[in-house]
Amino acid sequence: MEKPVIEVKNLGKKYDINHQRGGYIALRDVITNVFKSPFAFIKNRAKEIAGIQTKEEFWALKDVNFTVNKGEMLGIIGLNGAGKSTLLKILSQITPPATGEVKIYGRVGSLLEVGTGFHPELTGRENIFLNGAILGMTRREMAQKFDAIVEFSGVEKFLDTPVKYYSSGMYVRLAFSVAAHMEPDILIVDEVLAVGDAEFQKKCLGKMEQVTKNEGRTVLFVSHNLITVQKLCTRTILLEGGKIKAMGNTKEVVEQYLHNKSDSANVSATSIELNTKRNVGEIRFTDIKVSNIKGSAVIKSDDTLRIAMKYGSNFNEPLTDIRIVITVDSAHSQQTVLRLDSDVTAKTWGETLKPEGEIICETDVLNLTRGKYIVHIDFLRQGTSQDYIKNAAEFNVETDIQNYDYKINPDETVCDYVIRYRFNQK
Amino acid sequence: MKHPMTESQTLTIIRPKKLFSLRDITELWRYKELLYFFTWRDLKVRYKQTIVGVAWAIFQPLATMVIFTVFFSKLASIPSDNVPYPIFVYSGLLFWQFFSSALGDTSNCLIANQSIITKVYFPRLILPLSSVLTKLVDFFIAASILVVLMLYYGFVPKLESIIVIPLVLIISFMASVGLGLVLAAINVKYRDVRYVLPFFIQMLLFVTPVIYPASIAQKYSWLLALNPMTGVIQSARATLLGTTEINWGLIGISFAACLILLCIGVYVFKKVERYFADIV
Repeated sequence: MEKPVIEVKNLGKKYDINHQRGGYIALRDVITNVFKSPFAFIKNRAKEIAGIQTKEEFWALKDVNFTVNKGEMLGIIGLNGAGKSTLLKILSQITPPATGEVKIYGRVGSLLEVGTGFHPELTGRENIFLNGAILGMTRREMAQKFDAIVEFSGVEKFLDTPVKYYSSGMYVRLAFSVAAHMEPDILIVDEVLAVGDAEFQKKCLGKMEQVTKNEGRTVLFVSHNLITVQKLCTRTILLEGGKIKAMGNTKEVVEQYLHNKSDSANVSATSIELNTKRNVGEIRFTDIKVSNIKGSAVIKSDDTLRIAMKYGSNFNEPLTDIRIVITVDSAHSQQTVLRLDSDVTAKTWGETLKPEGEIICETDVLNLTRGKYIVHIDFLRQGTSQDYIKNAAEFNVETDIQNYDYKINPDETVCDYVIRYRFNQK
Repeated sequence: MKHPMTESQTLTIIRPKKLFSLRDITELWRYKELLYFFTWRDLKVRYKQTIVGVAWAIFQPLATMVIFTVFFSKLASIPSDNVPYPIFVYSGLLFWQFFSSALGDTSNCLIANQSIITKVYFPRLILPLSSVLTKLVDFFIAASILVVLMLYYGFVPKLESIIVIPLVLIISFMASVGLGLVLAAINVKYRDVRYVLPFFIQMLLFVTPVIYPASIAQKYSWLLALNPMTGVIQSARATLLGTTEINWGLIGISFAACLILLCIGVYVFKKVERYFADIV
């Protein structure tokens, strides 16, 4: 039995919503606030100190437990905002966790971005050394591997040209070559292969495979590209809302991710409350229901879609200059497949909207392939967002293949749409 | 199959962060090469971008010296402790510019490198340290002019300068890093601070005896002594140009004050360090 090289116990990470939204503040504003309303300031400070905080918290990760064995290639998948990047950032020590602990045996190399620290003014040669140092290589190591790095990247001719003159392809090649040669015991890779041309991607994947199989290194791999994950990783973790939803055999986890039948379409108000990444203004969504036009939560490819959103506001008079934007992303390809915009269609509610009520958006036949889809909704008034909810709801689509004259189910990771078609010969 | 875990492997434990640990220091040492590369990068980039290149490090204090000589010595007749004004002001400017530019760069170093901070782990203290080292290189380049001036005016440094000059350099190093670390930490949180900073540094110039001798303040000169750079510049002049007797007490006080400043700086920096990646 192999001993684990990474042990993650009860890991959690929390953000204050304020931090999430604004990030930094201006000292000027803080000072003016103190002078404008000194009592409110003192009261808030006192509350903070006393621990009765009014700040909203958001757990990007919660109760995450897993271990990784040596020589294993572990995939991490999940929707945007599921906590994948946060997890990698904690494992790479960029940000500390709020709870729990991680034990890592061996040298960690993390590749959250290709070409971190590349300086446009410096030449390719200089950047190799700089980037290598940032990634934790010693000068001796780099001198040894220099030729291999250059050869792998295929940019020999431009080695003494400042990288600002490089094409983006060359830039990525060089950057990845450095990273591919850093040879840590544990390699943490974020969605970095999305860049670069197909051939070079293949070369990189080959390199990663070689690293794990032949040299017994451990790789943690985050990707949206499920095909790559299935190809490379034996075991996969599915993150959802900062928690581990599933862990185990890659094929099964990916299957679960794509055809998540347990919690299907009618995600209601509760899901909005859970989702705290919001930017609430004077108007807010209170409920969302996704169904087909008959009200059924099971949506077929040849069904129409109905999205019903309840909302409330601080206003008494009717609302004008309102815009609703609904975006639907496919979970398997991460592409936006639908954008339903009340400023684009001629068929809307008219001039004014009741201060509170329900908006219903109905589509024609979807023709979306089977799989999971995620709905984001945005309520705009006078051009500014009042309530934007990312991942407000999700729904599953099933394809009755006989309705499309198909023999088999098409590969949903390749194309998001199904349509009836025929081939003839002439 | 051989079991790899039996080899001496580095074990990293990631926990909700503690403020200090002994590992911080050993870790800093492990990353010394990165310190070298950051310094190397800053120097390389700067001298590539400007046409004048290395000459810039000399030109800046030299031009300032000429202007100050014309206006403060010739026109305003400011005394200069009985040494020629150009060499008097240059010796002050040399240390002053090291301090002020290092302070400015250190306080901006986190924001300037935020793309790296959010993607790669390394001890964050490397960044301010490399900023100061870069300026130290500039200092040595600019110091060559002082040597030329001393030869020209025929000044022979006192023997004590072998001790005093490194000592005052360490003091200015600690002063700029200490204050710079505090400002860097504030800068990450409050982004408007960096606009005030150049003004603040400029003001500091006038409460430091760079363009005038400390003796000008007469009975209030103790007030000037509160500024650690006063001790630095006074002592440097005393040993190199023989303006006054070497005041060992002043050096001692400056050293102690800057050491405390450095400790405060490191403490504040460490305290905010854990949030850097979340808020930059």
